[in-house]
Amino acid sequence: MIIGGTKALDRLDEPATAQDDPVLQVEDLKAHLHFGAGVVRAVDGISFTIRKGETLCIVGESGCGKSMTALAIMGLLPKPAGRIVGGRAVLQGVGDLARLTTKRMREIRGRAVSMVFQEPMTSLNPVFRVGWQIEEAIRVHEKLSRAEARKRAIAMLDLVGIPSPEERYKAYPHQLSGGMRQRVMIAIALACRPKLMLADEPTTALDVTIQAQILRLLNRLKSETGASLLLITHDLGVVARMATRVCVMYAGVIVEHGDVGDIFATPLHPYTQGLLASIPASRGGGERRRLNTIPGIVPSLANLPTGCRFADRCPHAYERCRKEEPPLAEPRDSSNGNEAQKVRCWLYLDPQRAGEGTLWRNA
Amino acid sequence: MGTYVTRRLILTLPVLAGILVITFLLTRLSGDPTDLMLPPNATDEARAAFRMVNGLDQPLWTQFIRFAGNALVGDFGASLRFGQSAMSLVLERLPATAELAAATMALALLFGIPAGVMAAVWRGTATDVSIRLVTLLGQAVPSFFLGVVGIIVFAVWLRWLPTGGRGSFGQLILPAATLAFNLVALIARVTRSCMLDVLKQDYVRTARAKGVWESKIIWFHALRNAFIPVLTVIGLQVGLLLGGVVVTETIFSWPGVGRLAIQAIYARDFPVVQAVVFVFATIFVAVNLIVDLLYAILDPRISYR
Repeated sequence: MIIGGTKALDRLDEPATAQDDPVLQVEDLKAHLHFGAGVVRAVDGISFTIRKGETLCIVGESGCGKSMTALAIMGLLPKPAGRIVGGRAVLQGVGDLARLTTKRMREIRGRAVSMVFQEPMTSLNPVFRVGWQIEEAIRVHEKLSRAEARKRAIAMLDLVGIPSPEERYKAYPHQLSGGMRQRVMIAIALACRPKLMLADEPTTALDVTIQAQILRLLNRLKSETGASLLLITHDLGVVARMATRVCVMYAGVIVEHGDVGDIFATPLHPYTQGLLASIPASRGGGERRRLNTIPGIVPSLANLPTGCRFADRCPHAYERCRKEEPPLAEPRDSSNGNEAQKVRCWLYLDPQRAGEGTLWRNA
Repeated sequence: MGTYVTRRLILTLPVLAGILVITFLLTRLSGDPTDLMLPPNATDEARAAFRMVNGLDQPLWTQFIRFAGNALVGDFGASLRFGQSAMSLVLERLPATAELAAATMALALLFGIPAGVMAAVWRGTATDVSIRLVTLLGQAVPSFFLGVVGIIVFAVWLRWLPTGGRGSFGQLILPAATLAFNLVALIARVTRSCMLDVLKQDYVRTARAKGVWESKIIWFHALRNAFIPVLTVIGLQVGLLLGGVVVTETIFSWPGVGRLAIQAIYARDFPVVQAVVFVFATIFVAVNLIVDLLYAILDPRISYR
């Protein structure tokens, strides 16, 4: 499917960029929420890159800062509490999103980078027709006549797999199911052909069969449009299905980062291992066992402990873990050969302990 | 939609019947109309004759049926004071009241909605605090006090505006502003709280993510949603507005239905009082019907079938 009118987008690419430049490069990004009582360090220095056509999954439990990461990139942190306090988020052909003016950021949003939210039921304006809502996303950024925009909007509805798009164009959100509304949200996000789409738990609110459809749709659209995808989820099944690379986030920082195959085959960080062990297994033979859980709760982001943020819940923590925060780095003993895999854990980084993590993991 | 309108119109019939009962009982509450209509020294024969001519010797329900039958064709009898048909007296003055009410509503919307929106958008700032102070004052000060203060300041001291009467645009300003002040305050307060709620909604964030201008998000995306509950409040306040008309028209000698009502009450001119009550009640019912129909236009989730 070809969608016309990408002229306005081309302007964004004017500064010539090398083909292998990352679409998005985030470096030591810090986004804090300032309240009267204190500061919530929701995103506390995270770095990652997303290359063209790639899907990066950020995985973590509720309140680990994964949604705030996406909102910080979009310039949509909750006001007035939320602020980017450090680091960079460089979007290809645009520059550092953290330093753009409000006006410029508005021009970028929805055009070069767009976002799909978790709640399709409430994310569309109930008093406007869905077709109009897609059309608006186009007309905000491109000079098009109403008729042309309408044609594009109908083409977008068709692209995201909505049957009889001409009729659905006139529907109001409440006349569509949750899955259909999420398709409309995706149509809005892709209407201006962005380089990068952020999807914050796009399937969490949907039932399981619809989840699979939406994930398939995202994969198809990604290859058809060449957009990169930053997918935020707490569902490791979604990660396995969608991700090229994975960031595991815990309490505002990335604790492990690597290719999806490596993360699932050789999880290094005790938190990643705990997450993987918590997936309910349904093996044949009716074997029944208690579901694994990680004991304890996520520390408060307003009052973080010194040392490793996971130390209190970690079965392998020792003195150094409670005193000093480990950096995110390649393990000293990279005998498994996954150099791209980085971990924030002393078990792999402390010269005195190096290799221990591997030892007990293999035991 | 058509069938809904029909159904709603049929449903207003019991309401109108109730209005008729109350208007009818109004005259009977203060005693035998014979005592009112005839001089105190009238003979018993004259009283009996009067009762027979006016059907007052009939049972109450027979009298009511006759009253209701006449009322439905707009006949409330002749005014005791003017001798003219009561209904025609009311209808003559209705345009003046309609003019005042329209000017009031226009002022209330023109100031109330933007004030509420700005207070919500700049929540917690000096703008918000001052708007909230003024609206609190606006709701606390009664219109009879405000009207008198307005006359003293703008008509007597500053001599900018006339003290009353109807005809020129200048004469409309003070009564409309007096009447609108309470309404502005109320609309601003409701708009503020509805906007605060709407601005937190996910679809506002979606609009921002699309790159829509903030001003369009506030005045179009958000206000379209926030206006729906504001409309409910406006519909309910029409009753208060009609009550305010009575006071304000009297203060500013505005020749409308409200002033006629006060004069009729003082003169115990019951046919006119009945006609006014009936007309006001009908307007109230009609406005609320219109508000309900406007919902369907503003909120597509409401379907009338």
